[in-house]
Amino acid sequence: MRHFLVHDGRDNVGVVVRDVKSGENLVGESTDSGAALKVKSLQPIPLGHKIALKEFKVGDTVIKYGEDIGKVVGNIRAGEHVHVHNLKTKRW
Amino acid sequence: MQKPTFKAFRRENGRVGIRNHVVILPVDDISNAATEAVARVIHGAQALPHAYGRLQFGEDLELMFRTLIGTGANPNVAAAIVIGIEPGWTDRVVQGIAKTGKPVAGFSIERSGDLKTIAEASRKALEFVQQASERQREDCTMDELYVSVKCGESDTTTGLASCPTVGNVVDRLVDINGTTSFGETSELTGAEHVVKKRAATPAIGEQFMRVWSEYNDFINENKTDDLSESQPTKGNIRGGLTTIEEKAFGNIQKIGKRAKYVGVLQPAEAPSGKGLWYMDTSSAAAEALTLWAASGAVLHLFPTGQGNIIGNPIMPVIKLSGNPLTCSTMSEHIDLDVSQILTGEMTFDQAGDRLLELMVRTANGRMTASEALGHREFVMTKLYRSA
Repeated sequence: MRHFLVHDGRDNVGVVVRDVKSGENLVGESTDSGAALKVKSLQPIPLGHKIALKEFKVGDTVIKYGEDIGKVVGNIRAGEHVHVHNLKTKRW
Repeated sequence: MQKPTFKAFRRENGRVGIRNHVVILPVDDISNAATEAVARVIHGAQALPHAYGRLQFGEDLELMFRTLIGTGANPNVAAAIVIGIEPGWTDRVVQGIAKTGKPVAGFSIERSGDLKTIAEASRKALEFVQQASERQREDCTMDELYVSVKCGESDTTTGLASCPTVGNVVDRLVDINGTTSFGETSELTGAEHVVKKRAATPAIGEQFMRVWSEYNDFINENKTDDLSESQPTKGNIRGGLTTIEEKAFGNIQKIGKRAKYVGVLQPAEAPSGKGLWYMDTSSAAAEALTLWAASGAVLHLFPTGQGNIIGNPIMPVIKLSGNPLTCSTMSEHIDLDVSQILTGEMTFDQAGDRLLELMVRTANGRMTASEALGHREFVMTKLYRSA
């Protein structure tokens, strides 16, 4: 049973495919290569939301689909929820 | 891939439709009441009320005519009745639709009043409905259909499952020399450089970039914040999408892995040939689907994450979702559940096979969820204020 997916091997966030509790040892898969990934959740994360696969500092870039999807605006630890409270668009 | 076959309606101009509607089309907002009255009197006639059509000018007026004429000309429409307040613009819409060779008639209200207009238009609608009911379906193939694609209320599952499923089908439609179109200009923001590279030639890519830049400039000139809650929408955010860039990369999964787009269309402009086409549209579902139907699309593929419930009065909308919560809580709206992609129990090819099979059944006449639920959103795109 996989808990999260990434689109591309370069991605530094994953998408959880079921509701996740804090403190779970999660198993993930890369949809491009099938490579296995692991991360421990530090927060509850709802289905479809993103989980950090590495530590981010303010100003870092989040990569998903192997592409830039925005800038980090609050420090994030690996296993934390990544969403509007800590990630913003670089456009508009 | 072999060309899937089905029985559909081959129209006077050779184009293939999968529905057999008789529409009562108002030229302007104040003629809505008469069109709705005709639709109440004649069973099988469908009114398409809308909010505009008066004092528009310039490019906005041209788009209005293109949308109304294109809607009546759509191969899913067997015959059309046009009702406007005065005869000039009414006749312009009638003449535009008449180029297809299908039955069309126009009525104007000034110097007659609503009641006489309704009586005369109803008599003509009766004739058109009876004619349409005798039209027979014929053997047709999937490459004869014009299929549009657009997603709505997206979340991260659309990028993982439902949009790549549509992309799988788009690649196959292009392989069999079919016609298909994508758009949603503002929602390509962040991925515009990738879309540019997917053009068949560098010149087409540059043309796309000009259209995208113009739309992006318009947003930047009018915005009051970072558009969070508008683009992405509040529903997108609830579903886990955070930025427009993230949304855009999910969106473009719909254009497949191989297909290159062969041209850039204005809103509601009909493709001039086969292949994948980019159309400049809003990302709002009802506006965009109305534009595609007006450009001649007869079937629409609509991936959704959180559950956009859109339909269209003349163009069946097949809705698919990869979000298991949406598929269970809103099952009456979802034609195809592809959530097994998330759990690894379904491949993109298998999901594409399922979608193609559903397209054939829909083309043969099976009602989509949005048709059965009575979703007939008809919303014209307005470019700016009227004069």
